[in-house]
Amino acid sequence: MPDWLIDFPSGIKLNISDPIDRFIDYLITEWDAFFSSITNGLRVFLNSIGYVVERIPWWLLITIIFVLTWRMSKKIGRAILYSLLVFSIGAMGLWDLMNTTLAIIIASVIISIIIGFPTGVLVSSSDRLDSIVRPILDTMQTMPSFVYLIPAAMLLGLGNVPAVLATTIYAVPPLIRLTSHGIRQVDREVIEAATAFGSTKWQSLIKVKIPQAMPTIMTGVNQTIMMAISMVVTGSMIGVTGLGQEVLISINRLQAGRGFTAGIAIVIMAIVMDRLTQGIIKKGEAFIDE
Amino acid sequence: MNNKNVVLEVKNLSKLFGKNKVPAFEMIKNGSDKREVAKKLGVTVAVNDVSFQVERGKIFVLIGLSGSGKSTVVRCLNLLQKPTSGDILFEGKSILSFDKKELLEYRRYKVSMVFQSFGLMSHRDVLENVAYGLEVRGTKKEERENRAREIIKLVGLEGWENKSISQLSGGMRQRVGIARALANDPEILLMDEPFSALDPLVRSDMQFELLSLQKKLNKTVVFITHDINEAFKLGDMVAIMKDGKIIQMDTPENMAANPANEYVESFINSVDKGQIYSVKHIMQTPSCMIRIKDGANNALKQMRDHSVSSAYVVGENLELIGILTIDDAMRVRTGEISIQDAVIRDILTTNEDTLVSDLLSVAASAKYPIAVVDEDNRLKGIVSKAAVLSSLV
Repeated sequence: MPDWLIDFPSGIKLNISDPIDRFIDYLITEWDAFFSSITNGLRVFLNSIGYVVERIPWWLLITIIFVLTWRMSKKIGRAILYSLLVFSIGAMGLWDLMNTTLAIIIASVIISIIIGFPTGVLVSSSDRLDSIVRPILDTMQTMPSFVYLIPAAMLLGLGNVPAVLATTIYAVPPLIRLTSHGIRQVDREVIEAATAFGSTKWQSLIKVKIPQAMPTIMTGVNQTIMMAISMVVTGSMIGVTGLGQEVLISINRLQAGRGFTAGIAIVIMAIVMDRLTQGIIKKGEAFIDE
Repeated sequence: MNNKNVVLEVKNLSKLFGKNKVPAFEMIKNGSDKREVAKKLGVTVAVNDVSFQVERGKIFVLIGLSGSGKSTVVRCLNLLQKPTSGDILFEGKSILSFDKKELLEYRRYKVSMVFQSFGLMSHRDVLENVAYGLEVRGTKKEERENRAREIIKLVGLEGWENKSISQLSGGMRQRVGIARALANDPEILLMDEPFSALDPLVRSDMQFELLSLQKKLNKTVVFITHDINEAFKLGDMVAIMKDGKIIQMDTPENMAANPANEYVESFINSVDKGQIYSVKHIMQTPSCMIRIKDGANNALKQMRDHSVSSAYVVGENLELIGILTIDDAMRVRTGEISIQDAVIRDILTTNEDTLVSDLLSVAASAKYPIAVVDEDNRLKGIVSKAAVLSSLV
């Protein structure tokens, strides 16, 4: 058998990396002002969230977690457990790093909701739009999350600000998808009823479709939060501070104990945030029968 | 016929689903039937040249099997579906000529709808559901809630205002659906198989309720069903649909007497046994039962204990012998006649699976409750006249 039937023929070349580089270069040179203003905007947003988060007294945060868990689950044991877990992050000496990480997560999730929710609503209204957006979302979600860091860092520089952008890109697809899905699966007769009683399109969206889709939309928010948390560690590669950076330092210095400590703190954050949002979803679902 | 009483007039209504509507129309006009059109052009003919008029204050029933187009017709009446051709006149005005605003007004003030699976909004409580139509119309909160409370009371759900929908039974949910439709005080109520999802006992309850509400409020109702009993019970006028066409339209009496063709006849005769009652659903255990070998004294004591004036007399194996009245029992005690002679043996019997509707004519004239027996003539229960009649309301 000739070689070219076994080894892929070296003569066939598809080069998409150069055009992408050229495109990014073009963005950097021609759209510099635009990206600087985005950077500045994001920085102000992130810093103000960080400012608030840092000033929440540690005991207040733990109390809030206690009360919320208790009200959601009605189980005092669980409320105590979660409070203790969060307390242990402080005890491990990671409280300030957790605050930094929390601020990045909150900023990313808020931006994701601002972008993702209306997009999801829009996508739900048109089959054609859905068929265009769906493959884009698939790509965004399956693309290794590291890849987003490169252009984000090139366009917005290093640090926490580009991380917020990269995290948003990575975390927004499930929200768009589930918002659209939630609205589409609202019972046909319920929508018909809204129309039959003379609702305008806007009224049936606001008064019926979105509230009916709320549990599914909240599932999307939950997934967005989880993805944002996972991205925080990856983001340390472009200089994101906080718990992720702690992990990266541990890798570089081969300090297993330090790495695991930071890792456990991230796990605790993930568990608490997941259970709290799940609680909201369950509460919403209690209204939807069957 | 052009009289003032006609609220709703449907003229040559057709509704086609699919892409090649124009050639499909040609095909139907040239006499092709629904299946041919679907096969050749991929167009579904849901409604084919349907015309009817609905008079004010009457209940107009459209009946047909699933796929007959009845639900599509009712959805055209408030333009949830847009007719492909034909016209629909509300009080003489074509609703197809309505602009956006007029259509909203029409839906908000003139016509409301009740749905098969209720179409209730589970994120709202009973009160908010009932007030929905008033809310989108822009009625002030206090006013719409007062009105909603009034209607909730009317449909018998007082005290449930702030319950969530998931706490309600099926029958109660549909009461909410009806209340929501009535809250708008519409001219026309469209009801798309409103009781099909309910179990038979609740259904007949709701049918009765609907009739009494209709008497009280004098609404015009377009009612969709697949149950001929329901259609005949409720309808002032009944139209039978098949394959998108109305094949007969008449009063229930006339239709039962003169079915237009075999299809109508078989429809009228096809009593879906699962859908209506048989005797076993309404029979009761006889309150007083004596054995033939018991003496008159025992019989009298039993009747006294149960405060009834007659007792069922059974043999050794519970087989039914007849009825002993209290007067005859006294005569037996005084020795006037023997117990064997005193028992009235000529009584009506039936079995558990007999349809209640079949008992209607005999029950009305029966002197005693009808005895329900099994194949060995053993007494299983009794059916009172009241039970038969009330189950059919």
